Amino acid sequence: MTELSVSTTAAGHVPQVPLPEAPPKVTVRNLNFYYGEHHALKNINLTLGTNRVTAFIGPSGCGKSTLLRIFNRMYDLYPGQRAVGQLMLDQTNILDPKLDLNLLRARVGMVFQKPTPFPMTIYENIAFGIRLYEKISKSEMDDRVEKALRGGALWNEVKDKLNASGLSLSGGQQQRLCIARTVAVRPEVILFDEPCSALDPISTAKVEELIQELSEDYTIAIVTHNMQQAARVSDKTAFMYLGELIEFDDTNKIFTSPSDRRTQDYITGRFG
Amino acid sequence: MNPIYKSRRRSDIVIRALCVGAALFGVTWLALILITLLYNGLAGLSVQLFTQNTPPPGSTEGGLLNAIVGSVIMTVIGVGIGAPLGLFAGTYLAEYGKHDKLTSVIRFINDILLSAPSIIIGLFIYGAVVVPMRGFSAIAGSLALAVIVIPVVLRTTEDMLLLVPNPLREAASALGLPRSLVIKRIAYRAARSGLITGVLLATARVAGETAPLLFTALSNQFFSLDLTKTMANLPVTINNFVQSPYAYWKELAWSGALLITFTVLALNIGARILGAERAAK
Repeated sequence: MTELSVSTTAAGHVPQVPLPEAPPKVTVRNLNFYYGEHHALKNINLTLGTNRVTAFIGPSGCGKSTLLRIFNRMYDLYPGQRAVGQLMLDQTNILDPKLDLNLLRARVGMVFQKPTPFPMTIYENIAFGIRLYEKISKSEMDDRVEKALRGGALWNEVKDKLNASGLSLSGGQQQRLCIARTVAVRPEVILFDEPCSALDPISTAKVEELIQELSEDYTIAIVTHNMQQAARVSDKTAFMYLGELIEFDDTNKIFTSPSDRRTQDYITGRFG
Repeated sequence: MNPIYKSRRRSDIVIRALCVGAALFGVTWLALILITLLYNGLAGLSVQLFTQNTPPPGSTEGGLLNAIVGSVIMTVIGVGIGAPLGLFAGTYLAEYGKHDKLTSVIRFINDILLSAPSIIIGLFIYGAVVVPMRGFSAIAGSLALAVIVIPVVLRTTEDMLLLVPNPLREAASALGLPRSLVIKRIAYRAARSGLITGVLLATARVAGETAPLLFTALSNQFFSLDLTKTMANLPVTINNFVQSPYAYWKELAWSGALLITFTVLALNIGARILGAERAAK
């Protein structure tokens, strides 16, 4: 990555006038995270604005994916991992041990690095999630599936083969199927964990476009290794390094005049 | 040509010849067994094999009906008991108990059970069931077979579930599925053909077991569906008939051996086809 490409992209794609401050959807206060003895996140403070896209960038191992996986308590699947601090989704304390995780995950959806279609038909991939929460008729379900697939910008490509296996789609289509599946259960927040790292440039462009469209209805957090991508899709950017949140500001500001030396070194490609 | 490259080519040819030779050596014995079975067994293959019961000594009329039915009954009950237990235990090891200390202990013990001589299992059921029940019985035979089925199914279930990529489980959890549904609806479905393959292989394994039945179900000269009494079955019948002095019994033994072998072969081929379907996905 060269200095030139970053600055061109940042200047070329980021809106010069940032959006007004949005009311917070997710609030993180003094959050610490431990993998066993290892202190992976140190005193994180930030907010995800409602219907805004927040990008998390930083070198590998900086804790950005770790942070994302706290928002839906994904880490709870594994022993020895614990989070300490305050993490609120509106009025709900996400870290409350008594919280119903399935209900939390219905509100906070997640799209993963590698596409993960379920081993069933395209239609079932979408309907499956909806059925967990709602009992609706076949025709209503057909509508919801179509709407979700349109939401995932996939409808036109799959409308004639809804009964084909989800695994028969290309990588980019599979990823949009996973996005459609996440949207179908009507979450409030969608977490994207490096959603384009396994995709080719055209599929990547489609997914980025989709993320921007989705931000009209959803609060979005995206972890990415690709700084141009962060510059293109996000309103706010958080730069993380060695488990600390170094800088959190408007994307435009981060990529044009970062206030921390380390942020500047990272976005100009001096390390990472 | 470069001498190092030349010597590599030479060792490649030698190793390849050794590998092909070893493979042929193994396959040759299998082929000989199958040819011998076909040669001796086909002669006795007839309709009455499936319609008449085992004959009394000296008679030249009769088939293997009681033994075939007995084998089917005990195999079905044995797999019916053993397969669900193996599936559940394998699920525990691969899903719930993945990070549990108990898991490696269970896996170790299961591996011992997997390679335990089947005669030991027969003796165990003899002591645990036959002696307290004061008699040989089909149910004791089925239990012995079940004990053999459990470790086989447990092992394949665990292996197949561990092949299901973890991100798939995370994706399902991220939709809000509780753990039990993630396993039932996603992991089982992704591993389905592998799980069925495991059960088929276990069935093939017990279909030909002789030793565990010898001490439990014994055998029965007559047709019987009573699970509390001795029951005829192909392996023990073959064992008895082969040792007899009667030519017709020996012929029946060959036919029975042919039946078992090809049933096992069919089950294995079925498992392979399912396995190939899984690989193609």
